[in-house]
Amino acid sequence: MGPERIRLSGITKAFGALKANDHVDLTLHAGEIHALLGENGAGKSTLMKILYGLLRPDSGEIRINGQRVSLPSPQAARAQGIGMVFQHFSLFEDFTALENIAIPLDGRIADAALRAEVEAKARHFGLAIALDRPVHTLSAGERQRIEILRALMQEPQVLILDEPTSVLTPDEAEALFATLDTLAGEGAGILFISHKLEEVRRLCSRATILRGGKVVAETDPRIVSAAELAALMVGEGVLDLRPAADHALGEPMLRLDGLSVAPEGVHGVALRDINLTVQAGEVVAIAGVAGNGQSELYAVISGEGGRVTSGQVRIAGQDVTRRDINARRALGAAFVPEARLGQATLPQGPLSENVILSWHATESLGRWLLDTVRTGAVARRVIERFDVRTPSADPQAAQLSGGNLQKYVVGREIERKPRLMIVDQPSWGVDARAATHIRQTLLDLAAEGAAVLVISQDLDEAMAMADRIAVMHGGHLSAARPVSALSRAEIGLLMTQGESPVRGAA
Amino acid sequence: MSFNLALVPRREVSLIRQVLTPVLALVVALLIGGLIVWLMGRSPAKAFDVFLREPLTDPWALQEVLLKSTPLMLISIGLIFCFRANRWNIGAEGQFLLGGIFGGGVAIATHGLAGPWILPLMMLAGVAGGMLYAAIPAVLRNRFGISEILTSLMLVYVAELLLDYLVRGPWRDPKGFNFPQSVPFTDAAQLQPLFEGGRLHAGFALALLVVLVAILVFRRSLFGFAVKASGEAPRAANFAGFNEMRITLVVFLISGGLAGLAGMIEVSGQVGQLRPGFGQGLGFTAIIVAFLGRLSPVGAMLSSLVIAVLLIGAESAQVSLKLPFDLTRFFMGMLLLCVLAGESLNRYRLEFRKETA
Repeated sequence: MGPERIRLSGITKAFGALKANDHVDLTLHAGEIHALLGENGAGKSTLMKILYGLLRPDSGEIRINGQRVSLPSPQAARAQGIGMVFQHFSLFEDFTALENIAIPLDGRIADAALRAEVEAKARHFGLAIALDRPVHTLSAGERQRIEILRALMQEPQVLILDEPTSVLTPDEAEALFATLDTLAGEGAGILFISHKLEEVRRLCSRATILRGGKVVAETDPRIVSAAELAALMVGEGVLDLRPAADHALGEPMLRLDGLSVAPEGVHGVALRDINLTVQAGEVVAIAGVAGNGQSELYAVISGEGGRVTSGQVRIAGQDVTRRDINARRALGAAFVPEARLGQATLPQGPLSENVILSWHATESLGRWLLDTVRTGAVARRVIERFDVRTPSADPQAAQLSGGNLQKYVVGREIERKPRLMIVDQPSWGVDARAATHIRQTLLDLAAEGAAVLVISQDLDEAMAMADRIAVMHGGHLSAARPVSALSRAEIGLLMTQGESPVRGAA
Repeated sequence: MSFNLALVPRREVSLIRQVLTPVLALVVALLIGGLIVWLMGRSPAKAFDVFLREPLTDPWALQEVLLKSTPLMLISIGLIFCFRANRWNIGAEGQFLLGGIFGGGVAIATHGLAGPWILPLMMLAGVAGGMLYAAIPAVLRNRFGISEILTSLMLVYVAELLLDYLVRGPWRDPKGFNFPQSVPFTDAAQLQPLFEGGRLHAGFALALLVVLVAILVFRRSLFGFAVKASGEAPRAANFAGFNEMRITLVVFLISGGLAGLAGMIEVSGQVGQLRPGFGQGLGFTAIIVAFLGRLSPVGAMLSSLVIAVLLIGAESAQVSLKLPFDLTRFFMGMLLLCVLAGESLNRYRLEFRKETA
């Protein structure tokens, strides 16, 4: 191990009564790729924000290269050699890659000198980037490479990456790992935050595991199993999905026939000739890298958006292409959109009131005045049945953690006893325990005879849940094939290159 | 080293805080107002007496307060529907005028006739006038995506000119010595006092009824929920299947209808004829009222009364203290500013930061 780059000791940060970090110790050495693991809400983000100068700890000290420092701002952190690549990119969509790299570099502009430097750096680290293209034309992987290059331009001694692979294809992730290996080989310390235990085991030589704001273990992830790591994170036995018992499939509940949709706005994706059938009793997953038309597909199935230029959406045998979301609900469909707050729920509304959003048109909630007794009872039943942890009896949606709110949203729809369930990103940003709970709930729903369509960027999730998988690429959907007949490599190919005509004919 | 002032969000706002904030804002605004009066060389104590005590203790002035609060209450309740839905109807003044024109038009057309049907017909016409006028910005927004803020505001001036034209042209009273005004309404077309010798008419009761209905709509009805959802989270409203354009149209119709009703009540119960300037800017004042009342029906009712006290107080202050009416305008602006500041400080707390980097 190289010299010590960072030593955090006794870092404590409280938000009100909640201790997000409770006497956290962590050391990072030069040349080390160090994983920071934990469920959502375990305190990883808080710790990273403290290290990057975005938050100040209530107590504890930060030492960089042995010197005690205070980091009042990200500028101060960068001056100390700390770089960060965020999970959500902070790029200007209409600027080119090079311009985006120039922006945070004080006094630099996107000129030939900078281009030469950036190109040299990109070559050195194996980061392929088209520097002159505006960001909105680039894929998530390319955007991330811009962020990484931007951080590398400041010659960081420490690089923090927050869930960097969540938006990448398997190949892109491999390329990222190679870059990180090079960087660590040259003496930088890397802090790697991830939910994906297998890649942590491949890449990292040490792991610090947080649970409830405290460090519960520091271990070498190469010698412990993924199951053990998961158990440390969750604090319970490993979470496995219980496969559904064999059951017969019923009539097709959802059919998309040659569906094409015009793109919305300059950054929108057009959908081209989409065909898909989901039968009662089965789970079909749509995999793919984010931004390939999944949001557009969800919107056109739910009726929340999308200008259909040709083709049909059929629910329970009926053509609903021109009908609104409530007409589709009336046919037995239920929808869980991608955004929990602000789309699936009113952030400031109590859970009981949020029942109204998806129930008002199809369940009787009172003729003239809303039946608040009924909405209250529904909310209570969802909270109980789906293990939603709430700070009070009927809290506002915004007061729930991501995982609990997602359990509420999924539960609210299941309480309607749908015959067709469409879920966009069922466990995005949800901790492992809640994710397993949600997935199991959806599997059980299918076992009881509902048709379930899951749109997910998380390939592990798609493969764990689905009977059949189709892959979205560039607005086109591949044929849905049984999971057992597909390898990860094949799916990876479909995700990056789509379905070639030759393959389709075979 | 530099000093920074930062707004830090509060996690929770206690109920006491929420109730006390408008009261405190009123007190601060009064203190500032007192200071201005003092700087103008008048006695602040006397000014408070005229502005606040007299309207509330003198029975005649109290009736005037309730009369003045009636249109404010009706219009601001309507505006709450728009503002809650995040639609910006700035043209209530125009809808108010159109309500008066339509209602007054019925009175002029039925001049000389009598019957209990005239007043209800005038009311219907007033409501219809306000609705039609408010539908213009709503339809323009829905059809062409034109900002309703601009169109509704500009239509106010059109309404003023229309009123001017009518009372100088076709509707001018032939026996009115060429003054720009219509014939005086007959008794059948005027809201009658509720009790002998008083001035208070049924319009005030109607306004209270509207407040009650609005409370119920926002607390318990699906429509009230849809309005709230559409304003707070348009994507959630879309997920619920609430039609965005329909909501735009309906909140504008409600808002315009209530402003129109207020306009009819004003010409029928207060003015007794059509003449330019009967609006007195009440449609604009109602915007302040709606925000003072924190966009809640009960709040709007209370703040209508507070603003009405100030307006009546201002009238007598002009006479007895020779204080300009603009002072009242200034004071209402001050009050709104204080309420908004209080609101912000409820949501955020001020933090002084010393930067060392």
